[in-house]
Amino acid sequence: MERSRILGSLAFAWLLLTLAMIVFATRLGLVMAPPDALQGNVGRIFYYHVPHSMLSLVWPYLNLAASIGFLYWRRRDPLKALSADALAIASAEVTLVYATICLTTGMLWGRVQWGIWWTWDARLTSMLLLWLLYVSYMMLRKFSSTGQTQTLAAVLSIFAAIDVPIVYKSIDWWRTQHPSPVFFSKDPDAGVDKSMMPAFVANIIAWAMWGILLIAIRYALERRRQALEQDAALKAIEDSLEFTR
Amino acid sequence: MNYARHVWNHLKKDVRLEWRSRDSVNGMLFFSLLVVVVFSLAFDPTAAMSREIAGGVLWVVLLFAATTALNQSWTRELKNRVLEAQRMSPAPASALFVGKALANFLFVTIVELALAPMFILFYNLHALGQARLLWIVMPLGTWALVCNGTFFAALGLRTRNREMLLPLILFPVSIPALLGMMQATTAILTGEFEPNLWIRLLIAYNVAFTAACVLLFETVLNAE
Repeated sequence: MERSRILGSLAFAWLLLTLAMIVFATRLGLVMAPPDALQGNVGRIFYYHVPHSMLSLVWPYLNLAASIGFLYWRRRDPLKALSADALAIASAEVTLVYATICLTTGMLWGRVQWGIWWTWDARLTSMLLLWLLYVSYMMLRKFSSTGQTQTLAAVLSIFAAIDVPIVYKSIDWWRTQHPSPVFFSKDPDAGVDKSMMPAFVANIIAWAMWGILLIAIRYALERRRQALEQDAALKAIEDSLEFTR
Repeated sequence: MNYARHVWNHLKKDVRLEWRSRDSVNGMLFFSLLVVVVFSLAFDPTAAMSREIAGGVLWVVLLFAATTALNQSWTRELKNRVLEAQRMSPAPASALFVGKALANFLFVTIVELALAPMFILFYNLHALGQARLLWIVMPLGTWALVCNGTFFAALGLRTRNREMLLPLILFPVSIPALLGMMQATTAILTGEFEPNLWIRLLIAYNVAFTAACVLLFETVLNAE
């Protein structure tokens, strides 16, 4: 009990810190940073869109690691495996949320800048594919019977992980309309002006903190659901024992 | 050597079952004929246009047809609890998978061979690129569909509404492969660009996913 109270107050402190960070970062992005040289104020969506798209590519690694952990511990240490599975489902759901935000804000920007909501450009398509993969992951979790959900979902997560680099390779091979990657790009013109950097970094940190908070809450929720399920199973066994006696 | 014999036995069993009923191949054939007709009503293909769309249509037809048959191939194993017996047998589980995937590959290939004349007739097809390359693209694409399809059909075997689940998980994972086969086929039919890049993509996809399927099949078979 003591441990859960400490964790609760830690989560609350983290929540306050995250909210403060989000307010600070949003203010930096919307007010303090200079308008984009080419796009004007519309470019400010960059501070919201890009952190979400980058983070929606980070959470899947968490999901993959948790899924591999689940498969590893499945027979060796079932209790550890259960917590790995809780982490897998939490990170999958948060991935879906972040990818959805990335796609929607991207569409808003595209409507203004390109004049179209959507185009079948490689980068947009691969993000949509990531989104589709995680929707199918959630579907599988929903459809499969309780005993085997975790194993099947973990296997699908590994398949998705193999799929993603293959999808991304097609970026080089397909003509792109999306602005070339701002970071980690070979293009010498890529990158942002120094004046934009503080707002961008602040936004990345803020939304990463927010994502971690969401994952932690969802994880705790799933752990409680698992505990309830175990209690119910245990009670059923005890009742049946009493009945035979 | 021993592993190969197990695979061969599974393959023989599946082919014999199919030979006696001929359900899958006949079903897929008629289904794909229907879809080809529906598509030609939708597009009213002229020779030039059909070259542009035939590559896409062909793979969509095969994808749908294969999906209908793939579920069947595992449902057979459920009758008389054959699957439970398979799980108890000391033979490596992945041999069962490889055998079944090879059998499905064979069935879909038969459908393709029958479908090719239909495509040429209904779409007035005449390839402008190197038609010989189709002999590489078709098996690669078929294996990409069938290998993952067989695996996911096994994965969804004991879930609620498995018929619905298979396309829901197979299609998203297959999209890069579909892109590869459609682009390669279109490249060959129109002769406007080189298919080599897309053939390489298909090879990489097949290697990666065949390895994953073989390694993970036992986990899926014994998922409890």
